[in-house]
Amino acid sequence: MAELKGKVWRYGDNIDTDVIIPARYLNTFDPKELASHCMVDIDETFAKNVKDGDIMVGGKNFGCGSSREHAPVAIKASGVPVVIAASFARIFYRNGINIGLPLLEIGADVEKIHAGDELSVDVSTGVIHDLTTGDTFQAHPLPGFIQDIAKAGGLVEYVKQQSKK
Amino acid sequence: MGMNMSEKILARHAGLAEVHAGELITCELDMVLANDITAPPSIAKFNEIGGKVFDNTKIALVPDHFQPSKDIKSAGLAKIVRDFAKEQGIVNYFEQGRVGIEHVILPEFGLVGPGMLTIGADSHTCTYGAVNGFSTGVGSTDLGMAMATGKAWFKVPEAIEVHLTGKKPADITGKDVILTLIGMIGVDGALYKTLEFTGEGVHELTMTDRLTIANMAIEAGGKNGIFPYDDITEAYVKGRVKKPYEPVAADADAKYCQTVEIDLSKLTPVVAFPHLPGNTKPVAAIKEPIKIDQVVIGSCTNGRLEDLEIAANIFQGHEVHPDVRCIVIPGSQAVYKEAMHRGYIDTFIDAHCVVSCPTCGPCLGGYMGIMTAGERCVSTTNRNFRGRMGDVTSEVYLAGPQTAAASAILGRIAEPKEVK
Repeated sequence: MAELKGKVWRYGDNIDTDVIIPARYLNTFDPKELASHCMVDIDETFAKNVKDGDIMVGGKNFGCGSSREHAPVAIKASGVPVVIAASFARIFYRNGINIGLPLLEIGADVEKIHAGDELSVDVSTGVIHDLTTGDTFQAHPLPGFIQDIAKAGGLVEYVKQQSKK
Repeated sequence: MGMNMSEKILARHAGLAEVHAGELITCELDMVLANDITAPPSIAKFNEIGGKVFDNTKIALVPDHFQPSKDIKSAGLAKIVRDFAKEQGIVNYFEQGRVGIEHVILPEFGLVGPGMLTIGADSHTCTYGAVNGFSTGVGSTDLGMAMATGKAWFKVPEAIEVHLTGKKPADITGKDVILTLIGMIGVDGALYKTLEFTGEGVHELTMTDRLTIANMAIEAGGKNGIFPYDDITEAYVKGRVKKPYEPVAADADAKYCQTVEIDLSKLTPVVAFPHLPGNTKPVAAIKEPIKIDQVVIGSCTNGRLEDLEIAANIFQGHEVHPDVRCIVIPGSQAVYKEAMHRGYIDTFIDAHCVVSCPTCGPCLGGYMGIMTAGERCVSTTNRNFRGRMGDVTSEVYLAGPQTAAASAILGRIAEPKEVK
């Protein structure tokens, strides 16, 4: 995957899937419609102002709560190509990998990334450059088997490939 | 090396003699679950593979979240599930009138049991640890692929031992146990881990208590929460679970990454303050009265017969405070019917509670009790995130059914012993 460059939308710890996409919008699973309500309960500016390529950065336990895959789908359909956090909640992590939204875990280093910073991210190596501050971070590598799913572009493509073998 | 309960179930379903924390394995599934919100995207993913489902008896489709349909779009979601169930001959599809809240009815109908492995496209799928199963929530892509293949991949989780001792006081419920635990370890205290409950205190807990506790393992970030098999489990699953099942017990030298001690005799009724389930405080420690506008008694956490019994006993001879709306939601048709036979529904109606058909409704801010700006609710549900039950400035305080009923009567957060 090519190097990604984008501006940071910065959120805190324990960002739950109810704030990423509130349940009142779950009567649809259309990605564009979900994206139009993404983060609305804590940040009304996100859905209006997010640009293709912008990067979402959160703190600890990002994506906790409900298993709704609508949450990573809403983020991805907002044009965000990668989410970086101190840590991710388990189900959100699986869902991100499964739908082809790369997630990078960098622990406490996340504190050094600020709203509006320009990042350059190499998803395959996990190397993150903060072009605004000059800092460089290394994300925890994905286990091999999970890398295979990510490389296939998500679980559906992976299962299709496996069934051909 | 010894194995804990979770490792034994995962090993058995991976066809391996032993598995240990950190290993990535692929397992055969006993049950695969989705609801009216998560099944439609799962079905879309399944259709990318196509063909027939792996086993039409091992899939449960439960339209419970926005059903009976709250609006036209929700009716569309229900139709997608209904049409798919018909086309694929899904045996465990539950139409309105035969349905209840997924995590109430799957154990009630015996579709999950000891030693079994279940995934569900709903985070509270971890409930079935109460009956000595391994069960965990996943998203719609995992679920769609599981419907096609009958398999899922797992990272074997590390285990936290929750060692329970002491005698449980009469005014304490499973909800107080789990809210206390989440308060101790935090909302990410069990991230990527399993919670295994051990100790003589386990026997103090009814099956309802255990279902409530396992249900909220996810609120500590847990992959599952599992109880040992004992005479209480046996009494519950016997005759209910029709398939053969094999309980699991932890080996004496099973490995735990951490042990948390809870002395049940020291617990008092607690509430979790907004906006995290780990903001736990004893009700007795609340100094200034916290006035409330709404109470919800129900959900996959506390919508079982025993929960309604506890609430009904407190409402006997009392009424809901004039400034409060109290909504009672039986978790299944069977719970509803038995509550009616036992007179609990009469008690609720005489106390001026709203009684609804089984639904997840207000828990996730769906319908049937949505709050406007600045309102407060004491709820027996499982999440108090910002905006969870309505307006972003409304507040949810999580509590057990005894505290919820007492609060409804007094119009403020209250302990049951305050109701005279």
